[in-house]
Amino acid sequence: MNPIFEKGGKLYWLHSTVDAFETFLHVPGTVTRKGSHVRDSIDLKRILILVVIAAVPAALFGMWNVGYQHGLAVGDTSLNILGNWWYGFLRVLPLYLVSYIVGLGIEFASCQIRGEEVSEGYLVSGFFIPLIVPVDIPLWMLAVAVAFAVIFGKEVFGGTGMNIVNPAILTRAFLFFSYPNYMSGSDCWIHYKPTEQLVDGFTGATPLALDGASAQYGTGFWDLFIGTVPGSVGETSVIAILLGAVLLIWTGIASWKIMCAGVLGALFVGGIGDLAGISSIPCYMQLLYGGFAFGIVFMATDPVTSAQTEAGKWIYGFLIGALCITVRLFNPGYAEGMMLAILLCNVFAPLIDHCVIGAHMSRRAKKLKTA
Amino acid sequence: MSQTFVLKKGLNIPIAGEAELRVSKTIAPGIVAVQPTDFKGFLPRLLVKEGDPVLCGSPVAADKKNADILLTSPVSGTVKEIVRGEKRKLLAILIESDGKRECADFGVRDAAKLDAGQVRQALLQSGLWPWLIQRPYGIIADPEIRPRDIFVSAFDSAPLAPDAKFCFGSELAAAQAGVCALSKLTDGKVHVSVDDGASPFASLKQCEIHIFQGQHPAGNVGVQISHIAPICKGDTVWTVSLAGLVAIGRLFTTGRVDLTRKVAVTGPMALDCSYVEALPGTPMSELRSFWGNTQEDTLRIVSGNALSGKAVGAEGFLGFFDSQVTILHEGKEQELLGWINPIRGHQFSADRSYFSWLMPKSKKYAMDTNLHGGPRAFLMNDGYYGRVLPMDIYPVYLAKACLAGDIEKMEKFGIYEVLPEDLATCEFVDPSKNNIQAMIEQGIDLMLKEMA
Repeated sequence: MNPIFEKGGKLYWLHSTVDAFETFLHVPGTVTRKGSHVRDSIDLKRILILVVIAAVPAALFGMWNVGYQHGLAVGDTSLNILGNWWYGFLRVLPLYLVSYIVGLGIEFASCQIRGEEVSEGYLVSGFFIPLIVPVDIPLWMLAVAVAFAVIFGKEVFGGTGMNIVNPAILTRAFLFFSYPNYMSGSDCWIHYKPTEQLVDGFTGATPLALDGASAQYGTGFWDLFIGTVPGSVGETSVIAILLGAVLLIWTGIASWKIMCAGVLGALFVGGIGDLAGISSIPCYMQLLYGGFAFGIVFMATDPVTSAQTEAGKWIYGFLIGALCITVRLFNPGYAEGMMLAILLCNVFAPLIDHCVIGAHMSRRAKKLKTA
Repeated sequence: MSQTFVLKKGLNIPIAGEAELRVSKTIAPGIVAVQPTDFKGFLPRLLVKEGDPVLCGSPVAADKKNADILLTSPVSGTVKEIVRGEKRKLLAILIESDGKRECADFGVRDAAKLDAGQVRQALLQSGLWPWLIQRPYGIIADPEIRPRDIFVSAFDSAPLAPDAKFCFGSELAAAQAGVCALSKLTDGKVHVSVDDGASPFASLKQCEIHIFQGQHPAGNVGVQISHIAPICKGDTVWTVSLAGLVAIGRLFTTGRVDLTRKVAVTGPMALDCSYVEALPGTPMSELRSFWGNTQEDTLRIVSGNALSGKAVGAEGFLGFFDSQVTILHEGKEQELLGWINPIRGHQFSADRSYFSWLMPKSKKYAMDTNLHGGPRAFLMNDGYYGRVLPMDIYPVYLAKACLAGDIEKMEKFGIYEVLPEDLATCEFVDPSKNNIQAMIEQGIDLMLKEMA
C-alpha cells in the first residue's frame, strides 16, 4: 500500500477503503503472527461472496419477471426473454446502486472510524436488499431504510459479526412499518407507468393477497414454483432459490438444519390450518407463496443472527416456519409473515442458544456426578 | 480390558514433509540452552554463574515459588552465557558441552519398590519434575498435591508429528519404569492412551490403557482426558508426555538424566525429512543442513508442530518438550484474486467451498504461513468450529468468554479442560482468522491470576 494511506499519511482517512479494494484484488501477503503457523485457505470473503453467487439465479429471474409482469399488466407480450430481462434489469439496477452506494459508504466510514478492515458482510446484505423490496419502491425511501439498517442494525453493535438482527430484514421492516402504503396492497408489486393502459381485470396483488380472485397471471403450483407471479423482486421463483440452496448446502455455508426445520414448522402449522378448516390452501402450497422460500434459504440461515448451537438451529428454524404461517393464517392485517417471523427469531436466537447450552451443561453435570 | 474411543470430529492437516523413519544424524551439540520460558508458571532463580562447571543433571535454576523444583543441565560442560531479555528477564542459560556427557549419579533403583516420597524426591532433584504438567492451566505440577489421576498420551496426532513407535518403541522398559514411578504419585490411576491395540505401549502394566481412534486432536492428552474422566471444578490431574515418561523411566533404570530423543525434522521446506537424535536446547543452527541454501528470512523454523509450536528462527533452540521441528515457507506473496478462484488446487481447506475435501487423503499440501485472509469478527456458527474439536465444549463461546474475561462463563464453558493446543484445529479452520489459541491463553492467565 502507498505510504500516503498509512497512519500519519495525508490520505489516511481512506485507509480502510484502499485496503478493502487491495485485498479484493489480492489475497494479502500477511503471515500468521500468533498461534497456528499454517491456516486454512478459506476466508470470509470467499464464504460471503459464495452467498451472493447463490442468490444470483434468484436475482436474474427476478429481473426477467419484472419485465414479464409488466408485459402482462399492459397486455403487451411481444418481448422475448432477453427483452423482458433487460426491461427488468433497468428497473432493478437503480435499487442495487442505491443499496450498495449508501450501505457500503456507511460501512467503509465506520470501519475507518473503528480502525478495522472492511468486512464483506454488506456485500451480501446489499445484494439481498433489492431482492426483497417491491420494484417500484421510491429510491429515497430505500436509501433511508438502508442507512437506518446499517447504522442501527449493525454498526452500533460493532459491525459485521456483532449484529443481532439481519440488516437486510431490518431494511425491509423499516420500509414496511414506515411507509406501509408503498410496501403492501396491490399497487407496488408490478412496475408500470401511470400513463400506461392496463388490461381488463388487472390486479397487482400477489397470489398471497389475491384470496381466490382472478388475475391476469396463473396461480397454480407450477406458476408459483417457477415464479411467474408478482412479488418482491427476487422472492417469486422457488426453483431459482432452490438452485441457491443447493450451492449453500453443498458448500456447508448455510445450515440445512435451519432450512429443514423451517419447512417442517411451516408444514406443521399449515397442516393444522388445513385440518381445522382455517385455510383453504393445502399446506405444501404455503412453501411456495410469498417470501417463505427466499427467507428460509437466504435470510434465516445468516450465521451471525441465527442460532449458534446445533440443537438450537432446529428450534430456531422450526419457529420461523411456524410463526410465518401463523401470521399468514391467523392475522388479517398482514398477508405475509416471513419478515416478522425472521425478525422475531433473530431476536430470540441468543435465548434459544442460552437454553440449549444450559440444558446441555446440566445434563453433562448430572452424567459426571453419576459416573 | 482397554476401552476404545472412536472420535468422529477432528481434522488431520495434510502438510507435506513427513519425516522418513530413519535417523539421519546424531547431533552432539556444542552448546545447549536451558530455557526457563519453556515452562509455564516457572519463575527462575539462577543457581549458576558464567564459567561454572556443570554435569549432566546438575541444577542450573530453581523455581522462586518452590525451591524444590529444579531445571538441570542436559549436558556436562561449563556455563557459557546467561541470556537476559527486557527487564533482565532470564531467557536462556547457555551451556558449552565438553562432549563427555558426564552424568550426576542418582542411583539405579527399582521404581516399583519406592514410596511416593522417594519418587518425588528423585524427580525433583534430577530436574525431571517439570515434565509433570498440571491440568487445569498447564503449569508445572505442585509437588505438595496428590493428583486425581495421571494421564499419558502415547501417540501424537499433530501435523507431521513424530511417530511414537519409532521414537520410543525400543524404550518399553524405561516407559514401564516411568509408569511404575508415576503410579506412586497419585491416588487414582495412571491412564495411557494409544492409537491402536497393537501399539507396543498397549502392553504397559500398572496403568489403564485406552485406545483412541480419530483425527487430530485425538492424540492431545486434553482431549483424551475429557473422554476418559473429565476435569471438573476442583479436580487436579497431571499429564506427562511420552518423552517425559521415558526420561523418568531412564532415571530409575540407569540412574542418569538422559534427555536424548529422536527429533523429527519435518515440513514442506525441509530438504531431507528424517529424524535426528538430539537434546532439548539444541541450537537450530545444528540443523542447517535441512534447509541448505534457502534464504533464512523466507523460512519459519518452528520448534514443535505447525499448529502450536513456537517460531524460534535459525538462531533459536529446540524447546524442552518438543520432539519435532517444522520448517515452513513464510508466505508473504500476494495471490491475485485467490479468494474467488474456484479450484485453487494447491491450497488445502477443510471448508467445502473448495474441493480439497474431495481429494484423496494421501494428497499433501506445501502449506506456508500465509494467513489467507484478513482478520474479522467471529461470524460462523459454533458448529463450524465444533466439527474439528472432539470435546464436549462450545469453542466459540469459550473463546468469547476468555476475550471478555468473564470467569464464571469461562468455568461454565470448560476452561479447566483445555489448553490452547486443544483448540488449535479450531484456529486453523477459522475463516475469520482469529487467534483462538492466544484467546484461550489469555483466559488461562486470567484464571491463574484470579484463582491464586
